[in-house]
This record gives sequence, C-alpha cells and structure tokens, in this order.
Amino acid sequence: MAKDIITGMLLAAILLAFFRLARGPSLPDRAVALDLISTIVIGLIGVYAVSTDDPLFLDLAVVLALIAFLATVAFARFIAKGGHPWDKS
Amino acid sequence: MGQIVSTALLAVGAAFSLIAAIGVVRFPDLFLRMHCSTKSATLGVSCIMLGAALHFGDLVSFTKALAAILFILVTAPVAAHVLARAAYFAGVPLWKGTLSDAMHEQGEHRIAGLEQPAEPDAEAETPGNGSRSRE
Repeated sequence: MAKDIITGMLLAAILLAFFRLARGPSLPDRAVALDLISTIVIGLIGVYAVSTDDPLFLDLAVVLALIAFLATVAFARFIAKGGHPWDKS
Repeated sequence: MGQIVSTALLAVGAAFSLIAAIGVVRFPDLFLRMHCSTKSATLGVSCIMLGAALHFGDLVSFTKALAAILFILVTAPVAAHVLARAAYFAGVPLWKGTLSDAMHEQGEHRIAGLEQPAEPDAEAETPGNGSRSRE
C-alpha cells in the first residue's frame, strides 16, 4: 500500500520532468530534464527492489548511476561543441 | 520498527524527487531549474537508497546502497557544473530578475549574453569556440 503511493509519487515526478523534456525551450533544458529523469529512475529502482524484496536490483541502481553521469557529461560536451559537430569536422 | 523507518525514508525520498520535478517545471530559468533538480534529486535518491538498505538489513545490500549514494554524491555536482558551464557559454538566456553575473564581471563573455563579444560574426558562426579560446 505505502509502496504503491511512493511509486506513484516517483511516476508523477517522471511525468513532470517529461513535461519539461517535451517543452523545454532550449537544448540544455532538455538535458537537465533527462538528467532528472535518470536520477528519479535510480530511486524508482530502489523502491522496486524493496517492493519485490530482491536486493539484486541495488546493483542495477549503481550501474544506472554510472551511465547517467556519462550521459550528462556527453550532453554537456555536445552543447559546448555547439549544435551538430558532424556538420563541421 | 526497522520497516517503519525504511518506509518513512522511502516516502521522504520520493517527496524530494517530486519536489525536484515540480521545481524543474515551475522555475523560470535553466540555472534555477538545475539548482532545484540536482540538489533535491540527489537528496531524494540518497534517502531512497538508505531506506532500501534498512529494509534488507544485511551488510551486502548496505554496502551496495552506500556505494550508490557515494557515487551519486560525487558525480551529480560534477555533471551539473559541466552542463551549467556549457549552457552558460552557449548563451542560454538568464532570468530577467537575475541580480548579478559574476563570470561576466570577470571578463568571460557569453555568446549571446548581456554584452556582445568583440567579433560577433565569428562568434555567431561557431558558437562554443569563444569560450575555449579564452581558457
């Protein structure tokens, strides 16, 4: 029961972040929204590990934290290069 | 008792994540949004991981959850800083109520900021190179 409410709150958070991802006026706004979504999904994996009573899902949370960091840094490099680097080279 | 504390930590973490998402939708500016999303989402995920570790209660899952918390605490500020720096030099507009721009006062010019750089044509053609040449 309590786990359902907590999962619903996290899903509502993902929905709100997705609103910013769809609407965000600039590319960095969308990158921030994607970063927030991946952070919330890490929390969702933790809640899912508790509600299914399976501690193996905590490994997934660690791996997703690694990948989310790499994705955000890659987006930042893309923004710093300015638009489409494959056009210039 | 342990289950109650664990569920309370999960609820607090979910509430912080929800607050972060509301802030990302409601704040007027990229940098304010980033301030909201990074800090409260980090705290929310840390609370959730601590709650999960308390729920399982053994050393292995405690170590895994602590590793996840430590990794998020180390990487989230780095990622936010890199993203904010890239966005600042790419010329993302500041909120109109912004009171000070410390990097601008130190002579670092944005591509499309409060004041145009020296060669606006060359800067406009390759956005992003203006910052790199000054580093």
